[in-house]
Amino acid sequence: MDVTLTIRRFNPETVDEPSWQSFEVSVQPTDRVLDALHTIKWEVDGTLTFRRSCAHGVCGSDAMRINGRNRLACKTLVKDIDPTKPITVEPIKGLPVLKDLVVDMEPFFAAYRSVMPFLVTDGHEPTRERLQSQSDRERFDDTTKCILCAACTTSCPVYWNDGQYFGPQAIVGAHRFIFDSRDAGGAERLEILNDREGVWRCRTTFNCTDACPRGIEVTKAIQEVKRALIFR
Amino acid sequence: MPSALPSAPAGTLYRGRDGMWTWVAHRITGVMLFFFLFAHVIDTALVNVSPEAYNTALETYKTPVVALMEVGLVAGVLFHAFNGLRVVAVDFWSQGPRYQRHMSVAVVVIWVALFVPFVVRHLMNAF
Repeated sequence: MDVTLTIRRFNPETVDEPSWQSFEVSVQPTDRVLDALHTIKWEVDGTLTFRRSCAHGVCGSDAMRINGRNRLACKTLVKDIDPTKPITVEPIKGLPVLKDLVVDMEPFFAAYRSVMPFLVTDGHEPTRERLQSQSDRERFDDTTKCILCAACTTSCPVYWNDGQYFGPQAIVGAHRFIFDSRDAGGAERLEILNDREGVWRCRTTFNCTDACPRGIEVTKAIQEVKRALIFR
Repeated sequence: MPSALPSAPAGTLYRGRDGMWTWVAHRITGVMLFFFLFAHVIDTALVNVSPEAYNTALETYKTPVVALMEVGLVAGVLFHAFNGLRVVAVDFWSQGPRYQRHMSVAVVVIWVALFVPFVVRHLMNAF
């Protein structure tokens, strides 16, 4: 079948403003949007620029806005998004566009780093593993699934308008350790997220939960951090 | 370039679902209510000037145009009130985020159940 992809192109070296460009490509209904982008890049226009690495929904490189919603191009089948109409593909919103579908992820990663996304321990190092019960592991299971694709953070209206907000992903990253029974840095992380630009900026629009390609209940994780702050 | 697409650099509108649109509506009704309260405080304060001034001000409200504005006011107040309770539940009830969509439906159902009878009764009085 033939589908039309309307892609938001931008090359800062040659033009001042982004513009839309349409491509018609032949795909199978079960192909992914990433396959269509590959076809364009490999056979039609080699200057089309986008990120992808594993191409199987694990590395989190190819988050983009497909038909107005943040998705991974490698997990979105053409047949699932009404291929009879042109499919619009844009870079994710709220981060500076470098070229075509590639954005500068640094502000996003900086927010993630600032919540200390690593195990913090105290006391003597045990001679064997740090044991954890199944129910304690279950407590933060949902937020371990994050692949840092930025689909949630760049779907958040608060993040679009306020670059200082940590964003949903950083809070998910903090949640993963705050509720880990082996971790001792929870109080410090909660203090970081108690900031004016922390969890209290969340307006519960649920865009992040809808956007997450891993099915993480992002808004629920943010709410759990809020509750941990209220009831600490 | 298909004409349906907005021109650069705006990009398309983000297609959020009910959560995003109730948030947008909550903000709009919130600003609306702010301006209503602004006018409301002033007209009520007129009673300090004189009871006659207050009555004169209220008399100007008893027109069909203001009656229609009151329909809009009640629509906004009802939505803002019940969606506000939904937002509180999302933050304070541990299962809130999981049932937010059910609560959105409940907000709309309650809104219709209260707003439709009000409009009927109100417009019967006004016209």
